[in-house]
Amino acid sequence: MSTSTADVVVTGMGATTPLGGDVASTWEALLAGRSGVTRITDDWVKDFPAQLVARLAVDPAEQIDRVRARRLDRSQQVAVIAAEEAWRDAAGATSGVDPERIAVVFGTGIGGALTLLGQDDILEQKGPKRVSPHTIPMLMPNGPAAAVGLAVGAKAGVHAPVSACASGAEAIRWGMDLLRFDRADMVLVGGTEACVHPLPMAGFAAMRAMSTRNDEPGRASRPFDKGRDGFVLAEGAAALVLERADAAKARGARVYARLAGAGATSDGYDLVAPHPEGAGGARAMAAAIKDAGLTAADIGHVNAHATSTPMGDTAEATAIHGTIGDHPLVTATKGQTGHLLGAAGALESVFTILALRDQIVPATANLDDPDDHVAVQSLDIVRREPRRASFSAALNDSFGFGGHNMALVFTTV
Amino acid sequence: MSSTAEIQTGVAEILEEVAGVAPADVSPEKSFTDDLDVDSLSMVEIATAVEDKFGVAIPDDELGNIKTVGDAISYIEKNQG
Repeated sequence: MSTSTADVVVTGMGATTPLGGDVASTWEALLAGRSGVTRITDDWVKDFPAQLVARLAVDPAEQIDRVRARRLDRSQQVAVIAAEEAWRDAAGATSGVDPERIAVVFGTGIGGALTLLGQDDILEQKGPKRVSPHTIPMLMPNGPAAAVGLAVGAKAGVHAPVSACASGAEAIRWGMDLLRFDRADMVLVGGTEACVHPLPMAGFAAMRAMSTRNDEPGRASRPFDKGRDGFVLAEGAAALVLERADAAKARGARVYARLAGAGATSDGYDLVAPHPEGAGGARAMAAAIKDAGLTAADIGHVNAHATSTPMGDTAEATAIHGTIGDHPLVTATKGQTGHLLGAAGALESVFTILALRDQIVPATANLDDPDDHVAVQSLDIVRREPRRASFSAALNDSFGFGGHNMALVFTTV
Repeated sequence: MSSTAEIQTGVAEILEEVAGVAPADVSPEKSFTDDLDVDSLSMVEIATAVEDKFGVAIPDDELGNIKTVGDAISYIEKNQG
């Protein structure tokens, strides 16, 4: 296989997030410094230690037909909304690509939790005969990928990586590999999550993973800040259309960026705790940079995974500091979006690509007082307001419970 | 006891809610799957909704015999309490 046919580019993007119902409004809100975090006011939350959430800015009911929506879990609805935006953006429907050469890779961290829990309520209250016949296709973790595949008529394969908060990034890497191995000509990739419900909230809270800064929603998610105390659960989805560069050029597609490389590692350390020095993350970053044919010096910007947990942020800072160095402009966008779990890697790839396009790095919200850790102190973390800069390569990190580490490198075309 | 017209209206309401079928498209000769584009899982949902609305039981082996809106109406007329 020649290098040119393995060159993978991004030709479409879509998203629905706590900051906006599409890519443009989300990016605008991010650069404007707006927060998607609010305090839950439902009765059930009163005994919960962590009461914050970043809900979708635009309800899926406004973007998807009612009858279609009632057969899709919320995680599938947002996946389809983001994927259809990306597909329109790439002019996928008029691309002339054979459906048997179109694939989908769409990940989720949790899957159809709202359906599972909602139908369990029905089972308990009304019995087995009243459980919806749509329950299984709505709760299965490949459900979002399948729904997206159906939406665009993809027949080259539909895949659903599940690696917690690395799922979205893993989907992108998987899509890149399908193109590199010539198993498809166009791949719609992304991640989705919609699990705002008392059970996941209680579970994450029991792990002491969530921020309890309930009185200050907009200030609760504060990556790399000394006062950070956990993440804020968010919902949403993001999607990319990937193609080989020569095919994109031949059909006259608009190209946002090149997906130049990916690195995937596993910690082999603990089921949920990050390695203190972020060793697995560091190896993923190094692998992605090598895969892209670059060196650490080429990376001008890093969109960090940094979720605002005490341990995770310093581990990642250590890995960036040690593997890439202190020259890239680092940002952690979860300060405004909250943590979209299985969609985080896809959304932050969208942000990384837009940062490359616009040559601007969004600020890390709420980074008032950077952690004393030497790596955090060493890094050039953008804060207070976005910073304009000139860079041609950027890296996006995503890590997930289970010890999953993903790094993706994007470059200008 | 509901009249035939009331039953047809009730079935049309269920079809609209579950499958997005326009009430004007619902008439006795229409096939659920061929004419109204109702898939097999939605057919199960419709049967459950019919059971709730009209107080009839539709065993699975009977559901297989209900092909048209007219079949559903006759079944409900015969079995309602």
